[in-house]
Amino acid sequence: MAPALVYARLTLREARRRRLLLVLLVLTLVMVAVTTWGFGKLWDIRVQGRPPGASFVRATASQLMILVAFMFTTVLGLAATVVASPSVSGDLESGLALSMLARPVRRADLLVGKWLGFVAMVVIYTGGAALLEMELVSWVTGYMPPHPIAFVVFVSAVGISLVTLSMALSTRLSGLVGGVIALVAFFMSWMGGIVGSIGLALQNQPLIDAGAVSRLIVPADGLWRGAIWSLEPSIVIAGVKAAGPGAASNPFFAADPPPTAYLAWCVIWVLGLLALALWSLNKREI
Amino acid sequence: MLVGSLHLQHLAAESLGRPPGCISDTLVDLRERQAAASAAAASPAVHTADLTKRYGKQPALAGLTMTVPRGEAFGFLGPNGAGKTTAVKLLLGLAAPTSGEGWVLGRPLGDREARRRIGYLPELFRYQPWLSAREVLALHCELAGLPRASWREEVQAALEIVDLAGRAEDRVGTFSKGMQQRLGLGAALLGKPELVFLDEPTSALDPVGRHDVRQVINSLKERGTAVFLNSHLLTEVEMVCDRVAIVDHGRVVASGTLDDLLGGHAVRVRVTGLKPHERASVSGFGELDDDGEWITVRGLEPERVPELVDELVRLGGRVYSVEPRHQTLEDRFLQLLGAK
Repeated sequence: MAPALVYARLTLREARRRRLLLVLLVLTLVMVAVTTWGFGKLWDIRVQGRPPGASFVRATASQLMILVAFMFTTVLGLAATVVASPSVSGDLESGLALSMLARPVRRADLLVGKWLGFVAMVVIYTGGAALLEMELVSWVTGYMPPHPIAFVVFVSAVGISLVTLSMALSTRLSGLVGGVIALVAFFMSWMGGIVGSIGLALQNQPLIDAGAVSRLIVPADGLWRGAIWSLEPSIVIAGVKAAGPGAASNPFFAADPPPTAYLAWCVIWVLGLLALALWSLNKREI
Repeated sequence: MLVGSLHLQHLAAESLGRPPGCISDTLVDLRERQAAASAAAASPAVHTADLTKRYGKQPALAGLTMTVPRGEAFGFLGPNGAGKTTAVKLLLGLAAPTSGEGWVLGRPLGDREARRRIGYLPELFRYQPWLSAREVLALHCELAGLPRASWREEVQAALEIVDLAGRAEDRVGTFSKGMQQRLGLGAALLGKPELVFLDEPTSALDPVGRHDVRQVINSLKERGTAVFLNSHLLTEVEMVCDRVAIVDHGRVVASGTLDDLLGGHAVRVRVTGLKPHERASVSGFGELDDDGEWITVRGLEPERVPELVDELVRLGGRVYSVEPRHQTLEDRFLQLLGAK
């Protein structure tokens, strides 16, 4: 097996042995069970004393689903940052990397292998948790988001961008410092997105530009917008668009998927940061 | 002839880090590779020329020049902060030299093909606490590029050598420091390396463990493996090493075989009734250390001791005691560092 894949397998094995996967599984099952119960309670709402119609339940479920997805994406981003931040620096500081890097392997194998391991965890966890949640919500409310696979892709991409940023910082900074920086960047990106939305509502070009720039610096918010779009039913999109730019500026609404050029930028951002991390690790004294 | 040719191809391929199938059949190519293989095999285990390393303005190594022959145990000694661990990291390609050159097993520093034939026990030894001892060794077999078919045998042999066979399935996190160091030694022995770097290999071991490590080093020498022993435990080095280098402030201050370094024999004589200039007159017998009633003469062959005593008596001295003395590595080490 190629050394990078050995490190990827080792990363997954560590997550399993240290019970990270078990903890995520249990917490996710609890979260899915609680939210599914909550979605089922939509049928208990009374509108002017009468039970709600199926279309009302589906429309309400679609908006609640976005809030659940927001919570899920936040937890994923935090977990990805906390797990990836000490991944390289921890091995270097503890001496774990010394005996391994003295073997006939490249430093790139260590970095790319760990990255692949984390990416696999993010994609498997996001895909499993999101599709389970959607299936159960569909079962109790009859609502299934229009683009479930696109949702998994966009949310996974948020996680992957944060893993990459955290690992790049980890080649030079301790886990604590790198983790704090990555988390601040993550939340600043969201704040930047909200600023852009406010700019849109007020038709203020500098604020709109600030939002756009923040999405370029750290693409977490831009990709989150794609996740929102994948959950929005077309009827809601049409209704909000008809209500004018004020309504469309809601930070939990996206009428369109991110443009292809932006998605290309996200790919370049991740690969560029990975290359920077590799350069940084190669230059580092061990 | 065919077998010889194939063997030659394999040797050349191994030396050049390519699979045998990739070797061209042209005679010229084969000859070049044969020459490369021969050169690699004939080269010393380690050779450095004016190797320096600076961390900012702080010099860690200041012009390290040394040669470690194959099949010998080489003691690399020095006080704390002398640059011993830095030198090992440079030789393994874990850090880049500021200037100078070096070759390990005939390859430039950091060469991955050379690292395939090297074992290393770091001073800061730590292994995945969530893996078992057997899994750690299997991981190192995989990273070292050993054939999968050999892993089981290699791992079991390493476990037995370092006396961990009974704890093979236990998590490393439950091991004492000494056991973890034994595990690191086992990992360094995987794949029958041609050169093994041991950086303070007994720092966490009890006397029995230290004895075991000495036995491991002796058995490595017997099978032709060069051992680069980085240590400040001088008695251990004296027991197992054929050759030593003493490094201080990043520079080799003395090197050679133990006999060369310890300067042969010495004798200590208690003599009274002589004036200082009379005692000084026997300096022709060797390097003289005059400590009042006691004088020590270094570099004196045992056959000439009666001659020295005769001379002292002839000068009017009364000789009470004559003690042959063998200079220890510690004496020499302190002498060298004190002189600096």
